[in-house]
Amino acid sequence: MTDTVIELQGVTRVYGAGDTEVRALDGIDLVIRKGEFVAIMGPSGSGKSTALNVLGCLDSPTSGQYRFKGVEVGTLDRDQRALLRRHFLGFVFQGYNLLPRTSALMNVELPLIYKGMPRQDRLVAAAAALDKVGLAHRAHHDPSELSGGQQQRVAIARALAGNPEVILADEPTGNLDTKRSVEIMELLQGLNRDGMTIIMVTHEDDMAEYAGRLIWMVDGRIERDAPTRKAVADAG
Amino acid sequence: MLAETITLAFQAIRRNAMRSFLTVLGVIIGVAAVVAMVTIGQGASDQVTAQIEGQGANLIFLSAVEGEFDAPAKPFDSDDVEALIEQIPAVLTAAPFGSTQMTLVNGNLNHATQVTGTDSRYLIVTGRNLIHGRAFTPGEEASGVAVCILGETVRQALFGRADPVGMRIRLGAISCEVVGLLEPLGGGGFGRDEDDIVLIPMRTFQRRIQGTRDIYAIQIALRDGTSNSGGVSAIESLMRERRRIAPDEDDDFNVLSMDQIAEMLADVTGVLTGLLASIAGVSLLVGGIGIMNIMLVSVTERTREIGIRLAVGAQAGQVLMQFLIEAVVLSMFGGVIGLVLGFVLAAVVAQYMGIPFSPDLAVAALAFVFSAFIGVVFGYFPARRAARLDPIEALRHQ
Repeated sequence: MTDTVIELQGVTRVYGAGDTEVRALDGIDLVIRKGEFVAIMGPSGSGKSTALNVLGCLDSPTSGQYRFKGVEVGTLDRDQRALLRRHFLGFVFQGYNLLPRTSALMNVELPLIYKGMPRQDRLVAAAAALDKVGLAHRAHHDPSELSGGQQQRVAIARALAGNPEVILADEPTGNLDTKRSVEIMELLQGLNRDGMTIIMVTHEDDMAEYAGRLIWMVDGRIERDAPTRKAVADAG
Repeated sequence: MLAETITLAFQAIRRNAMRSFLTVLGVIIGVAAVVAMVTIGQGASDQVTAQIEGQGANLIFLSAVEGEFDAPAKPFDSDDVEALIEQIPAVLTAAPFGSTQMTLVNGNLNHATQVTGTDSRYLIVTGRNLIHGRAFTPGEEASGVAVCILGETVRQALFGRADPVGMRIRLGAISCEVVGLLEPLGGGGFGRDEDDIVLIPMRTFQRRIQGTRDIYAIQIALRDGTSNSGGVSAIESLMRERRRIAPDEDDDFNVLSMDQIAEMLADVTGVLTGLLASIAGVSLLVGGIGIMNIMLVSVTERTREIGIRLAVGAQAGQVLMQFLIEAVVLSMFGGVIGLVLGFVLAAVVAQYMGIPFSPDLAVAALAFVFSAFIGVVFGYFPARRAARLDPIEALRHQ
């Protein structure tokens, strides 16, 4: 069990109180091991985004236990969770969320600045991450000069640059056409093959098939948790 | 980290150059006002000090006025002047003083100025020298003939660069021979020109202008090393005795020492300084609120950026610092412009008023520190708002 990265026991996340109470997560038990590629799916309002926020330490569980690499996240304050994100987590968003009017390279540098990496090392690491996503030649372009697919690749480079334990992707292909989506998914798949643990929320079956494990959520609960067909086929 | 944050602040300001400039206008005006005011005040005060030192800090002005509003009182006579000199050891010398506003004419040139009746001891009392010609002779002083000594300003008005000594001018109806020229003192404090002066013998002033032998004022110089207040009280008691004032009666004369004049000038300067300081204060307050306003706008505009920073691991304190530094850089940018503007303004005013321009490094440092302080105070609230944003909400912000 030493390779367990994420462990949830009876995790709930409740918004509001009384009549307006919403149980976005309603008793989640989950173990994710190092090197897994997990897709989370479910109808809208099923709690998949909340699950990703909790897993990404952007949010805290209302009750239950969430251990990240053995650390109980529920007892951490805001700043301590920020440190967890800084050192162990990388994020990829649907809307890319790059800093506007800031070059691709500087966007990728951002997490490294907060890691306190010296400028020279930072530039090397950021350039290497951009190279990994095949955008070394676009390093000095602003997001506005890049296509959607390229922007998302910059975002993936940013998530990678800090050398995280887990990459969390929230509908990474939601804004992209099929061709670009496939490119992004192949990129993520490649990173996973190199050992990166990836957790991805998506509502597209095709994209979920790139993962090795599919979690289906309904009403804040995990309804199904199984290997994807592709994973079964690969294993078979 | 700090270097990156400062670079970032400069970037953010440059991206909104016009907005940033308009925002800090209040700080610019406030700092410029403070710097100009302090610099001009310093120049004026330097000059007054120099002037008082030049005229001798031991100068005392005795005048025959009484009551709260300086109503004319029983005049002095020439015996009073002699008694002051003879009976008070601290008194170096004394000169009678009478003056009136008159128009002087030389040919087709004329000049309105203060005509002062006194005697040659006036030069000792005020510590002034003649650069040309001579003082009044005892004979002239006794008989009251029409001779005069000109100040530099009067000479320039009536004679240009020509030598006036030996020439005749008219003082109203009096034809008067110029016998001497005073050494120029330079511009006076608060625009008073000590060289815009004409001296005539006291006797002449009494006979030809005033029409009586009364003396309403006496200028007295104390000896070096004597105490100003001791001199003042000795003069007071002598005058009370000579004017037969009962112990329960108030003085019917007024004694004013240079110390007191300096104090009064300091009071006036203080009032002016206070007035300008309050204008500067209001301007800085408005400037600060402007910075707060624009920082709040900036925080709202950049909510998503804040969300991104929080997501990649920025702590609340780091976000707070980022926006605080931005506010401080913005405010100090205004401070620097205001500082330069203030010094320029002070230099222009100093030139115009004829006072020395005394830029002070301490003032520059103060303006710097003060504008940074404004940035911290008014930047704190917006920065705290940024730091408290919920990362999930911030990332969702459109």
